Amino acid sequence: MFHAAIAALLLLNLGVALWRLRRGPTSADRMLAAELVSASAIAVLLLLAAGLAQPALVDVALLVALLAAVATANFVTRTWTLLHEESGSREEAGRD
Amino acid sequence: MTEWLHPLGYALIAAGTGFFVAGNLGLIRFPDLYARLHALTKADNLGLGLICLGLACQAPSLAAAAKFLLVWALMLVASSIGATLIASTALACGLRPRQQRPGSMEDDEREDTP
Amino acid sequence: MSALALAFDLLLVAALLWLAWQALFDAHRFSAVAHFMVFGLVMSLAWVRLDALDIALAEAAIGAGVTGALLLAALGRLPAKAGHAPAWRRAQRPLVWAAVATVVSATLALAWVAWQLPRPGLAGPVAEVLPHSGVDHAVTAVLLNLRAWDTLLEITVMLAAVCLVWSLGPALSPYAPATALPGLPALTRLLHPLFVLVPAYLLWRGSHAPGGAFPAGAVLGAGGVLMVLAGAVHWVHDARRQPLLRLLLAAGVLLFLAVGLAGLGLAGTFLALPDALAGPLILAVEVAAALSIALMLMAFYLYGEPGR
Repeated sequence: MFHAAIAALLLLNLGVALWRLRRGPTSADRMLAAELVSASAIAVLLLLAAGLAQPALVDVALLVALLAAVATANFVTRTWTLLHEESGSREEAGRD
Repeated sequence: MTEWLHPLGYALIAAGTGFFVAGNLGLIRFPDLYARLHALTKADNLGLGLICLGLACQAPSLAAAAKFLLVWALMLVASSIGATLIASTALACGLRPRQQRPGSMEDDEREDTP
Repeated sequence: MSALALAFDLLLVAALLWLAWQALFDAHRFSAVAHFMVFGLVMSLAWVRLDALDIALAEAAIGAGVTGALLLAALGRLPAKAGHAPAWRRAQRPLVWAAVATVVSATLALAWVAWQLPRPGLAGPVAEVLPHSGVDHAVTAVLLNLRAWDTLLEITVMLAAVCLVWSLGPALSPYAPATALPGLPALTRLLHPLFVLVPAYLLWRGSHAPGGAFPAGAVLGAGGVLMVLAGAVHWVHDARRQPLLRLLLAAGVLLFLAVGLAGLGLAGTFLALPDALAGPLILAVEVAAALSIALMLMAFYLYGEPGR
């Protein structure tokens, strides 16, 4: 019960990530939002694994954690080269 | 002997949730990418770590507890290195950290261009 | 508890609908890709709620992880002006709404059909033949013994996709990252043992619990992609290693076909596994399939035929 309630609370927190994902303003902010969803999904999965006594859910969390690293590495090496070219007016860190 | 671990686990999970919420608040409120990077990779990861630790306290076996901690260690490695990757690429892409705002935290976060 | 579960599910559904809409219709292309990756993660949570852990594993590995990585890399290939999709033209609006209406009505029709399906489905018959299938986990038994035909075709489709990608031209050399990233090799070195260990664990677990070849192959492939990103995989481009690369790419399909033909010879039915040998054969096919899937995912990532 306690675990499920915390899991629901963390899922509610997902709204923050969705807001940041919609809003940006830079692509890196969107990537951060995706990382946040990864972290929340891991926490939710672990809590559900303990709350529902389903240890297999820990494996799913392990997978999510592993693949979050690949997404970040991909973003900085392959995607941001594009954004580098169009940086300037649109990609400003300070603009909230 | 290990009964005291269960309440401790609950306390740790509650504390971890607090850090999660604080980190998310930072992700909304902080003014620029570099500050938000700190909110995510420090506060949220600490929250995840406390939740993992709390669940490990309540785990039925030592192997299950070790697995919870493994997930945390993995996330720690991935997100700390990921933070430096994103920050240094952002600097190289010309995103300047926001400065000259008296009283705000991120004034101290000046990083050298690699 | 049930109110909590209902709230949880409603949150999941709302988030999924929003993410799907954004992934399809956000004009900013990177934003759409990020929404798609998050959609995969939330979708795997939804599969967990539906008690389909195998699909949750596959969705987390393939949907969120590898497909997201491929989309990110493809986005990096687009010209700089392509960051924004053009807005809908006025003439396209009716078409878009017609498409939306079609999708909604098809979804409703499918939901109606699914509602009409006989319950409890095929779980009973599968459980009856499970002792003869060579494994203890129903999903693995269905995928690699009872309906092995489907899995064979899936791997063949992936192999055909690799051929298609490679026929587009030679492998493209990646753009350099915007700055020197010393963290990247460190990340690869720290994580790579896990990228080998976790697939082995998933394969071993597949015989009695959620796991199996597709998630294992996807994780192994993701580890390979990380190595490609860190510039650690040179042998793929080596002309002398090309026969080995092609053999490994086809290994899953070839072993699967060999097992199927052996079944045709021994038991008279294509892909029929004899009871005594079913366990080891399934494991062998799974290992070969996971290796092939991993290499195929890496091969997609090269955007063309290496060594040319």
